[in-house]
Parts: sequence; structure tokens; C-alpha cells
Amino acid sequence: MGKTNFFSRLKEKMNKTRQGFVRQMDELLLGKRKIDEELLEELEEILVMSDMGVATVEEIFDEVRNKVKRHELQDTEALKDAIKALIQEKLSQPSTELTFENPEGPFVVLVVGVNGVGKTTTIAKLAHFLKAKGKKVMLVAADTFRAAAIDQLEIWGKRLDVPVIKHNPNSDPSAVAYDGMEAALKRDIDVVIVDTAGRLHTKVNLMEELKKIRRVMSKKIPNAPHEVLLVLDATTGQNALSQAKLFNEATPVTGIALTKLDGTAKGGIVVSIVNELQIPVRFIGIGEKMEDLRPFDPSEFVEALFE
Amino acid sequence: MFDNLSGRLDKVFKRLKGYGKLSEENIQEGLREVRLALLEADVNYKVVKEFIARVKERAIGQEVMESLTPAQQVIKIVHEELVSLLGGEAQGLNLAGQTPAVILLAGLQGSGKTTTAAKLARWLRSKGRRPYLVPADVYRPAAIEQLTTLGKQLDIDTHPTEPGARPVDIARQAVGKASMAGLDTVIIDTAGRLHIDEALMQELKEIKEAVKPQETILVADSMTGQDAVNIAKSFDGELGITGVVLTKVEGDARGGAALSIRSVTGKPIKFIGTGEKLDALELYHPDRVANRILGMGDMLSLIEKAQDTIDKKRALELQKKIKKDGFTLEDFRDQLRQLRKMGSLEQIISMIPGLAGKMKQFKHMMPDERELKRTEAIIDSMTLEERRNYAIINASRRKRIAKGSGTTIQDVNQLLKNYAQMQKMLKKMRKSKFKLPKGLMPF
Repeated sequence: MGKTNFFSRLKEKMNKTRQGFVRQMDELLLGKRKIDEELLEELEEILVMSDMGVATVEEIFDEVRNKVKRHELQDTEALKDAIKALIQEKLSQPSTELTFENPEGPFVVLVVGVNGVGKTTTIAKLAHFLKAKGKKVMLVAADTFRAAAIDQLEIWGKRLDVPVIKHNPNSDPSAVAYDGMEAALKRDIDVVIVDTAGRLHTKVNLMEELKKIRRVMSKKIPNAPHEVLLVLDATTGQNALSQAKLFNEATPVTGIALTKLDGTAKGGIVVSIVNELQIPVRFIGIGEKMEDLRPFDPSEFVEALFE
Repeated sequence: MFDNLSGRLDKVFKRLKGYGKLSEENIQEGLREVRLALLEADVNYKVVKEFIARVKERAIGQEVMESLTPAQQVIKIVHEELVSLLGGEAQGLNLAGQTPAVILLAGLQGSGKTTTAAKLARWLRSKGRRPYLVPADVYRPAAIEQLTTLGKQLDIDTHPTEPGARPVDIARQAVGKASMAGLDTVIIDTAGRLHIDEALMQELKEIKEAVKPQETILVADSMTGQDAVNIAKSFDGELGITGVVLTKVEGDARGGAALSIRSVTGKPIKFIGTGEKLDALELYHPDRVANRILGMGDMLSLIEKAQDTIDKKRALELQKKIKKDGFTLEDFRDQLRQLRKMGSLEQIISMIPGLAGKMKQFKHMMPDERELKRTEAIIDSMTLEERRNYAIINASRRKRIAKGSGTTIQDVNQLLKNYAQMQKMLKKMRKSKFKLPKGLMPF
């Protein structure tokens, strides 16, 4: 994937995010040249409306106001840069790269999240992404709860020409996961992606079930899952932080996929999540097409927001 | 939903009550906190701004300053404004007019349309209607199968949608078919779509034009953030919605989307989805929700729920038994089953006045569903005799029961201990002639 290609695609798709966010900001900044309290409040509003969360926004603006007081920001351009830099700082994350490589066997990805965030679609896109990289991919249908979830994954498997391991509906998801691991070992698979049922993070039982799935997998393949990918919906507000926290407690989350960024939602909550939990965002979903899952890069993300 | 918001507001009000007299500054400060609480609950920024402005205008006016209990007065104003923001009484579905009546469901991807379609069908059937489920999502893989499976589970007729057909044709055909089959309510499940997707929004308009639904319902996720306003505005503007179903409210979302959507569209929220099971759909009562938000509880809903789920005859029998000192382990198990039918303990507690804001404290004390199940399993593993007279359960019996129920002897001991304690409590209650509220649990 060429870098310019990625840039332009990301930019094009992020347009809505950008337009809303940057245009408003530019309008504000071009219209008014003086930095005053009114301007700061309006900027604050834009950030709150991006779902960044009041606490995070206030943190940023405490800092900005200090800078204004110290006369460090001469004009609105400097103000914009300062805000950008502060958001970027919060988005900087531990640099654990997701390699999808496991020298000892299959690399196992466990995909979790609340209902309706787009887990199955993200898995299909991820499988497509990995296949394009020349990996041997397998899917495991451990969402045995939702009606037709297995069918959904199977259809994707057929379309992508990727094997799908499944049991009957309502069977034990851990058992499916176990069989998945076994099959992956046997068939010399590079990456196994395990789909799980959507579950609200506040349901203790279902979180326990997740722990069990995890345990069972590691019995067959040591250290599995190597990546626990939490799928978050960009349309979600402050609750995404609670989701990230509770899923992380149940089964340490190692990465986030942020979906549905092609709407008008701005996904600002990611800033708070990365800042607070130090979990890196791995991917963003910016459309319905298979190519619309993109690796997330914090600097590119912020640049695309502000350009 | 709303638990956290209610907790936050509770704090603000407590502080306000602490002041004998309220200065303008006290009120300003209180309102700043209210504003923060609402924003943290994902209520849209602009909606919050207007709300605070309205409250402020009234609170700083004479209405409050000259009152003898100014804090109460402020709380009353917030309450009234909240009620007006949320809308008044519950509004069910309005299905008068043509037969079959048509309900069109629309919304973003993953908001819960398909599950809601099935839940609505079940709810309508319980009200004596004959629903027909129509899967018109031809895009998402296996979406048709999903609704068909749910229909089968509920034993409700589902339209045999051809995956290649156009949604408009499916809808039109389905209405005709329902009419022939004597079914009186058609529920059309459409594909999830972004509100800015012009082609797909056009498709919805065409469906609406073709089948002229009585209800066009926006299905929205209660966890939605600031964008709820854009989504609701677009769907309402393009399609003209008649109401909203808010889904996934059983999580810990603070539900600000409900206020935002209602505020920008003026359309009522008609139902809330409260769980994954197909009976987890409730009529939405804005007035009661306002009470819940303000920590005043919602006994009305709780009582209705109890009436719906608890078998009255059994409850009466049970009361008699308790009075006569005959509350056996078997009765205990029955009670547990009834309780579980009412929904999660968390749901129940959140409706009790005074406890609503204190969910966190209760969370640790509360047995989770699994524990209730385990208790049931233990009692199931006892012989009839043991259930009637727990005193005979000796060590070897305990061992057998533990084995039979897949638990440990400690678990069995714990249960017996709790039961013995309950017996003692009941005895005391009998002595003090304590009267049990009708139909409610004795513990």
C-alpha cells in the first residue's frame, strides 16, 4: 500500500470528520483574529461535540489557557497548533507493533466488543487485509448466541476464500475456540481470527465467558490470544471509555479497532481512551468496502483532522 | 441507563440543600455541575446549553429567591424541565388506519433493528395482534436468516425474502401477503445505513412511499454520543419518523442520546430495549424516567413488572405458607425463579426509590445470575424430603447434593445457612405481625 495512496484515501474518507471539525475551527479562526474567552469556549464546544469527553477537553483547555495567559500564543494559528499538539500528545501510545507473526505457530486474534459495533464485518476486512499480505488466515465462529451470526461469518469466509471453523448455534463458544486452535495448528495457519458474540461490558457472566474462551485457547496454543482486539463504534459517546475499561479488566485488551468513521461521528472518545488506558488504536473502519479497514497512525490521524 | 447521571445530580442537589439561602452564585455553581453531568451523559452540547439557560432563567428569577425552600425549588425546576425535555406520558404504537398496519424500522448499522423487530412482534402479539416479520435487509450477509431464525423462535410468521430482491418490492409484496394471510401488523426490518448515505436514504423513502407505514421508527443505540443529534435530525428530515426505540439501555450508558433525540426531533421515544432476550422490550415512560434520573425511583414500573411476571395464585399460596411457618426450600426455589423472570436484580434495584443512585454499593452485594442459577441447581439436587425439611441434610447428604449440582460442599453449606437465617427472619416478621406487600418477595 503506497503511502500517498493511503493518505489520500484516508483524507477523502475522513472528510466528514474533517469538514465538521476543521471547517468549524477554520471558520472560527479566520473570522476572529483575537484570542479571547469567547473564542476559547467555542473551540471547547467543537471538541466536546467530537465526543472527546468533558474531562479531556478541560485538561486540554486548562493547558491552552495557561499558554494564553503566558502570552505564548500570539495568534489563532499558534492556538490551533497548540491544540493539535496537545491532542496528539494524548494520542501517543506505547509502540507495540501488531505484526501478526508468531514464530511458534498460529498468531491468534480474539475480537471482542459490545453488540452492533461491527465485529464480524471488521473481521472480514481484517482477513482480507491479511490475505493481501500473503497470510494463511482462518476464522472461528465463536459467536454462537446471536441468530445467524455463524451464517454471517461463513458467507464472509466463502467470499474471501478463507476457512471457517464453526459449531451449532448455542453451543459453547469456548469449545468452538478450542477446535479453532486445534484446526489452525493442524492446517498450519498463520493467523486465526476468533469472532465472539457481542456483549455488554456490564454483564458479569458474559465477561466471565470471555475469560474462559481465553483460557481455553491458551491451553492449545501457548500465549494465545496474541492480540485482543476491542472493536469500538465511533458513534458511541462516553460509554466507549467504560467499554474499554471493563473489557480490559476481563481480558487485557491489546488493541482497538474504531469502526464507522465514515459517518458524521467524530470518534473523539478515542483520545480519552488512549490517554487513559494506554491501549493503542490499531485500525479504523471508514466504509463498507473490504479495503476500508485502515491501519491507524496517531500522527496521520491528527494531521488528517486538522489539515 | 441514567444511573450515573442520577448519582451526579443527587450530589448537586444535596449541596444546594445544604445552603439555607441560595445566592445567585450558589445556583450558578450548581448549574455548572448539572451542565457537566449532562455533558458526561452524552447529552448534546447545544441541548445542554439550552436546557441550562432555561433552568437558570427560572431559578435566578423570583420563583426561587423568594421561596422558603429555595433548594427544593431549584430541584423542582430541574425536574420539570427534564420532564418537558424527555416528553410526557408513555406513547405506544399508533396503528390505527389501514389493515394491515405497517411499522417501518430504520437506523444506523448495529443499532439493533433486527432484534427490535422480533421484540416488537412479540410485544404486539401479546397485545392480541397478528404480526408479520419482513426482513428487507438484503445487504448484510445473513441478515435475512437472522430475522427468520428469530421469527421461528417466537413462532411468528416471517416473510420469505429473496436475497436478490429490491427492498421496495419486498416490502410491497410482504404487505400483500400479510393481507392475504389475515395478519394485521407488518414489521419491516431494513438494512442499517448511514444517515448521510443518499442512495440508501432514498431507498427508505421509496419503501415508505410504497407501503405508507403508520409508524416509522428510528432504532437508536442508547450509547450514541454527540452525533445522536445529527442522526436523528437526518432520519427525521429525510423520512419523517414517528418515534424512536432506544436500544441496549441495560448497559451503563448514561443515555443522554434519549434527551438529545427527543429534543431535536420532538418525536417520542416509544420503547427501550433492555436486554438480549426477546422479551426485553419495555414501553418507555418519560415521566417515570425523569423520576429515575432524579433518584426518585420508579415504583410504578416495578409494580407493573411484578404484576406481569409473578403468578398471583402462587404468590398468595406462598404468603399463606410463610404465615404458617411453612416456607420450604422448594418454595424458596420457586421464589428465585419468579425473581429471575422479572429481570436482573440490577434492573429491579434501580427502580426502587432511594436505591437508584446507589447501584455501585449494591453491585458487590448482589448475587449475579450465575449464583442464582447455582442456588437453583443445589435445591434441584435435593430429594423432596430434604427440600421440605432441611434439618435432615447431614454431611453425607451435603456431599451428594454438592456432587449432584456440580457445586462444592461449601456452596451447599452457604445456601443452608442463608436459608436458616431467612427462616429466623420470617419467624420474627410473623411475631411482629409484619404484613407483606401483596405479591412481592418475602426477602
